[in-house]
Amino acid sequence: MTLDDLVGKNVIEESIKRIYERDKEINSVLRIEKVEGNKDGNYFGIPFLVKDNILVEGTKTTNGSKILENYSSPYTATAVEKLLKAGFTVVGKTNMDEFAMGNTNEHSAFGPVKNPKDLKRVPGGSSGGSAAAVAAGYVPFSLGSDTGGSVRQPAAFCGVVGFKPSYGMISRYGLTAFSSSLDQIGVFANNVKDVRTVTEIMKGKDPKDSTTLEHDKDLVKNVDIDLSQTKICIPKVVYHENADDNVIKQFERVINFLRSKGAKVDIKDIPELEYSVAIYYIIAPAEASSNLSRYDGVKYGLRNHALGLNKMYKATREGGLGIEVKRRIMMGTFNLSSLYYDQYYSKASKVRKLLSNKMKEILNDYHLIMTPTSPVLPPKIGEKLKPLDYYLMDIFTIPANLTGSPAISIPFGDVQGLPFGIQFIGRYMKDEELLTIADNFFKETPRELKNYV
Amino acid sequence: MYKTIIGLEIHAQLLTKSKAFCSCSTEHFEAEPNINICPVCTGQPGTLPVLNEEALKLAIKTGLILNGQINKFSRFDRKNYFYPDLPKGYQITQYFHPIVSGGYIDVEGKKIRIRRMHLEEDTAKMLHEGDQISSAQESLIDFNRAGIPLLEIVTEPDIETPKQARIFMEKLRNLLRYADVSTGDMEKGALRCDANISILNQENKEISKRVEIKNINSFKFVEKALEYERDRIINNLEKGGELIQETRGWDANKKETFSMRTKEEEMDYRYFPEPDLPILILNDELIETVRKLIPEMPEEKAKRFVSQYNIPEYDAQILSSDKELADYYERCVELAKDAKFVSNFILTELLREMKENEDSIETVKIKPEHFAELKMLLDTNTISTKIAKDIFPEMYRTGDSPKQIVEKKGLKQIENEDELRKIIENVLKENTDSIEKYKNGKKKLLGFFVGQVMKETKGKANPQKTNEILKELLEDN
Repeated sequence: MTLDDLVGKNVIEESIKRIYERDKEINSVLRIEKVEGNKDGNYFGIPFLVKDNILVEGTKTTNGSKILENYSSPYTATAVEKLLKAGFTVVGKTNMDEFAMGNTNEHSAFGPVKNPKDLKRVPGGSSGGSAAAVAAGYVPFSLGSDTGGSVRQPAAFCGVVGFKPSYGMISRYGLTAFSSSLDQIGVFANNVKDVRTVTEIMKGKDPKDSTTLEHDKDLVKNVDIDLSQTKICIPKVVYHENADDNVIKQFERVINFLRSKGAKVDIKDIPELEYSVAIYYIIAPAEASSNLSRYDGVKYGLRNHALGLNKMYKATREGGLGIEVKRRIMMGTFNLSSLYYDQYYSKASKVRKLLSNKMKEILNDYHLIMTPTSPVLPPKIGEKLKPLDYYLMDIFTIPANLTGSPAISIPFGDVQGLPFGIQFIGRYMKDEELLTIADNFFKETPRELKNYV
Repeated sequence: MYKTIIGLEIHAQLLTKSKAFCSCSTEHFEAEPNINICPVCTGQPGTLPVLNEEALKLAIKTGLILNGQINKFSRFDRKNYFYPDLPKGYQITQYFHPIVSGGYIDVEGKKIRIRRMHLEEDTAKMLHEGDQISSAQESLIDFNRAGIPLLEIVTEPDIETPKQARIFMEKLRNLLRYADVSTGDMEKGALRCDANISILNQENKEISKRVEIKNINSFKFVEKALEYERDRIINNLEKGGELIQETRGWDANKKETFSMRTKEEEMDYRYFPEPDLPILILNDELIETVRKLIPEMPEEKAKRFVSQYNIPEYDAQILSSDKELADYYERCVELAKDAKFVSNFILTELLREMKENEDSIETVKIKPEHFAELKMLLDTNTISTKIAKDIFPEMYRTGDSPKQIVEKKGLKQIENEDELRKIIENVLKENTDSIEKYKNGKKKLLGFFVGQVMKETKGKANPQKTNEILKELLEDN
């Protein structure tokens, strides 16, 4: 069933009913808040959910944080506005790691989200709520945001499709900034086709976001390529980062499947990729430390009263922000301090540029780079690894953010009963090509591997 | 033995209709608090800046009129610090790559070099209950000002006296006004000045620590604050006291500076490139388009005044130093049809009145039409030059036309020759001694007789006719 099959039906009440019935245990939806779409829109009657870091007038936008617990959105994000205009109806806002920092959804001020495919496990993050909501069948699609893998990784963990478009494809106006040079709104759906439909509606240059670009290809239409013509590059790093053996085994199955379809699959050494996590954890916290300065108790959001300005700031941020957010603000503040700026931020920006150049070079010869979306399977809730272990879980998803490339996670069977996702990273601003190949792959995937549970 | 070294950091509000990064109106003086605000300029989550192209053009224009080099590559950066008047927790500015490098303004024959000029956004305005933030029970924030485009202009430390600093600021104000870049109004905060000062001991070549003075809000105070600070530092050096590098504020009421913070308390602004705005690449076409928008500037105007109106260079320079004054002059000339007459009256009478009353040309009540009328009264011999000068203060004070004043006060010139002859005969009767002396060759006494006639007529006698009749009567007798 795709969105096109739903056109003309009104499934909004059904959707809300399902959320009431099942979300008590999953906790993926923070609030049911209905904002009706344009009655004349083609998709009127079809509901979707929005990650709680995207502003929709008529809803709160908490960012999974106490500091914005009562913040009402004063305007609507451009991407959502376009969907409302097309007729889609917002039915609520989804749970997330606080300010999109985290990859297990355990860093929400409003409790962890459970993975619908295994309630003991995390759904991934930071857009865990949006991924779980689609996996649980509440809505045909949902919106998330992806800064280092926050759409693709939870998509992989929950067994749905998750797409992060090229940087600049979708307006960030109305998406709460975490790391502005990496953030991009992304889509969760049950199939690639719906991802294409929704992205095509949201995309385009926005006068309110100077980093958006015009894209004139129709993302719903196939470009002329089939799997037998597809050239795929696998970076060697997949094999020597401490990836789970079972993940690697499943990855091999994907390779064999693609080769059986005639695709060309090469393994290449791309040493620059090994710096990705290091670059990311310098740049993202640096930008975050600046972006989150506005939550200071002065204008809106939480204010913890204390005598004197600095004490008020301290009490508000101390009480309003969670541990992971504080950790990243500390790191970012350090990275940007005048004494260390050259050593860290400035150097990381240069290596980021080198990585982009290398990716471009590789993608001259290949249509896409392929990795497992995550090197591990979904951990159990409360497993409590060291922060660095969590950070390393993003190793395969981070490069696409650093280089602005489009990237998608597609389910491919299960590993010990847990979902597995395969990631395709495409050419910058050639999202139509990546989505065509992803759709070809998804359609040709044996049916039992799509619906494995 | 001491040399003063001064550098200025100036902020000029650019005269755009909308704010630097959103479409809110820049009207903030008269407006009710927090009227011209939106999600962007109040730092709501998810908002993004979009550069106002008008602000960009005004920055380029300023760069051009101040002889700077327009950088074809520049970029925005974030300056991070916490303060309630800074809605995003950072200010968008240009730290690493400013839009203009170099430039200068001539002051007293010396080139005062400009180091850089860059675009940034203004902060909100804070109102503290009571006078000072330290004692306030409550502070209010008005975001109308937040996001108004500013051009920061940083000079090299080329200024050697507080007076030069003031003249620099006045010249800068005039240039900015000329080019319609800023109102340059210091009292209203459209032009702000922070000054850095240090003192060089020319004997032992030792240089004092640098002191920065903030909150200087008038041209007069630029000079006063720097004089105060120069004397304070020198005094300190003479006493052998330790000077600390610090930021001081200017207290306009007490006419003194006070310590705000020391170097140890300076903030680390954690500058980094603004990821929400693309790199600024300027092409020649845009720069040339802006160049064409630059109006005639003071130097050109002065030259034109000399050749077109045939007035002395010095007069032309004064008249063209202020754009409104120059426009006023030209309107007067157009109506009065006598460039020399108008420039003389403006330079001697009008500017004196303005200075005494601390007025600006915009508030002057005398209309250009009044100049024309005054000239007409003179040309038709209705009044003498003396009467014209006498009634000028009243014209200035009341805004009444010269004709009205002359009629009201009965100051019309005595033109009737018979009437004049009678008055002169009376004057001569009373000064027979002087007639004798005149006849014996003391011709200078003619002036004395004229004076006596004027005294008698309260200045209303037609001077030419008086002269003629006097000569005739004196020769005859």
